[in-house]
Amino acid sequence: MSGIGAALLNSLDIGLLLFIIAVGLNIVFGVLNIINFAHGALYMLGAYLAFSLINIAGMPFWAALILAPIGVAIIAVIIDRLLLRFIYSRDVADSLLLTFAILLIINESVRMIWGSGIQVVQPPDLLSGSVQLLGSSVATYSLFVIVMGLLLLGGLWYLFNRTRVGRIMRAAALDRDMAEALCINTRLVVTGVFAFGAWLAAVGGVMAAPMRALDPGMGDKIIIESFIVVVIGGLGSFPGALIGAVILGLIHGFGGRYLPEVNLLLPFVGMALVLLFKPNGIMGKGATA
Amino acid sequence: MKTKVLMAILAAVIVGLIAVPWIASYFYIFIFTEILILGLFAASFNLIFGYTGMLSFGHAAFFGIGSYATALVLIHLEWPFLACLLVSMGVSAILALVIGFLSVRLNEVYFAMLTLAFGMMVFAIAYQWRSVTNGSDGLAGFTLGSFGLGLDLTLGNPSVYYHVVLGIVAVASVVLYLICRSSFGMILKAIRQNPERVSFAGLNVRTYRLVAFVIAGSFAGLAGGLIAPFLRVASPELMHWSMSAEPILMAILGGTGYFLGPFIGSAVFVLLETWITSFTESWMLVLGIILALMVIFFRKGLLGTAIDWWMEVKK
Repeated sequence: MSGIGAALLNSLDIGLLLFIIAVGLNIVFGVLNIINFAHGALYMLGAYLAFSLINIAGMPFWAALILAPIGVAIIAVIIDRLLLRFIYSRDVADSLLLTFAILLIINESVRMIWGSGIQVVQPPDLLSGSVQLLGSSVATYSLFVIVMGLLLLGGLWYLFNRTRVGRIMRAAALDRDMAEALCINTRLVVTGVFAFGAWLAAVGGVMAAPMRALDPGMGDKIIIESFIVVVIGGLGSFPGALIGAVILGLIHGFGGRYLPEVNLLLPFVGMALVLLFKPNGIMGKGATA
Repeated sequence: MKTKVLMAILAAVIVGLIAVPWIASYFYIFIFTEILILGLFAASFNLIFGYTGMLSFGHAAFFGIGSYATALVLIHLEWPFLACLLVSMGVSAILALVIGFLSVRLNEVYFAMLTLAFGMMVFAIAYQWRSVTNGSDGLAGFTLGSFGLGLDLTLGNPSVYYHVVLGIVAVASVVLYLICRSSFGMILKAIRQNPERVSFAGLNVRTYRLVAFVIAGSFAGLAGGLIAPFLRVASPELMHWSMSAEPILMAILGGTGYFLGPFIGSAVFVLLETWITSFTESWMLVLGIILALMVIFFRKGLLGTAIDWWMEVKK
């Protein structure tokens, strides 16, 4: 029983972390109609900035959790104004190509700045121990990730359903021309949403940093996981991102424990099954060509 | 007049390519071999991107599995090289059928994500399945025996291998060109421009996309089969998405709207890579910057921009 409990908690912390990252990908897609291939690279940038703030500048973890994502959001604004603004009116292929180019640039820059070796970020003292829960010992940091994930989930729901900013974002996602006609500054919305998506990716990156070792390949792994999440859940769907992330979390949590030999393939098998029976994803619609 | 000039240029290029081993140094024989192989890889990618309008981020999966197929057949069965290449094409075609079946029925954005994800799945398998693929070290230590067809060629000699590659790439390119020029190729172009309309004309867009994807995959596998003996290793890096970036950049560099675009892109790419890696290790950074600039400012590629300029001059 304790094995299942531990696997369940493990699934939940992986799943909620994936949700934070995948929902950023989804929000950017919803409003800008582009899939940001560099989303995983921005996640990695968040983790590495936190590493520098904590291990080199000597800041506490909490300061890094606030500052690193803001830094990444600023970088995202620069990317948007410098590069992406050229291709918003163009074919979808161009936006895919450009964000892919940005992915290559960020990946190699990280390698140049921080090196190809593995870096480690320690969790803050408050969260570094473990507690007894469901009959087994659980890392306190895992619980922190779960709580943070749930807080962000609630916060995002509130933002989109109960605030003016959220309604503007949803309006811009539904019909950008109409939103513009209603005196909404859509250019500002576009830049803001891109930066917000990057912020979410970076928050995920900082939270992941004490759980996983930092290496220049970490962004690649997470972007593929995020793609699997949005394909399973349905691209552009908020509940879809949650469902997809929880499913992938369960696959990792239980697969890692009970089927270690094929663990690596299970997410792809899950994605292939969803594609066979629900090509648009569990909550998605209208993507079949 | 225009076609005569083009024919003359093409003939000169072909004669030049045949003469490379006699006029160029050893170093450039290797460079040109690489240009030809990667050019075929990029041309196979352009069949689905430039012609059919499907942007795949996982084309290296077929290139990589082609190289593994040739390496495995050489190690375990010691078949003639030509047979190895046919196995490479067949294995890649089967993989393309599976990945394509799951990917081509969704829209462009999904297609891009799925090809990247499935491509990385193949990479992960090659990386993990140590007993067959030898993991991250890759497969090495295979030697080329005979060529096949009763030809007596010493494939270990770089000049001979260059001519073999030139011959195979030439035949493959002609086949690809004929496919592009055929009524099938015309339908692919029509699908790129307006899939709804092709669908309303009573054609099954999904089937055409899948067939194009399988053809492109098998030619990428052929290119992979050629690269394994050239690099003397088949490694997981050949399947990584950073390898999938190469045909994308080559096609865009040369021009996606022209059959020869990817080959020109390949030549520029390989020469540029050789030059840049001589003084910096950050080739990927340069690659990313070039790709971003090409996409934003020169979407038609070098060949497209040159042809536009030529038309302008003639007016």
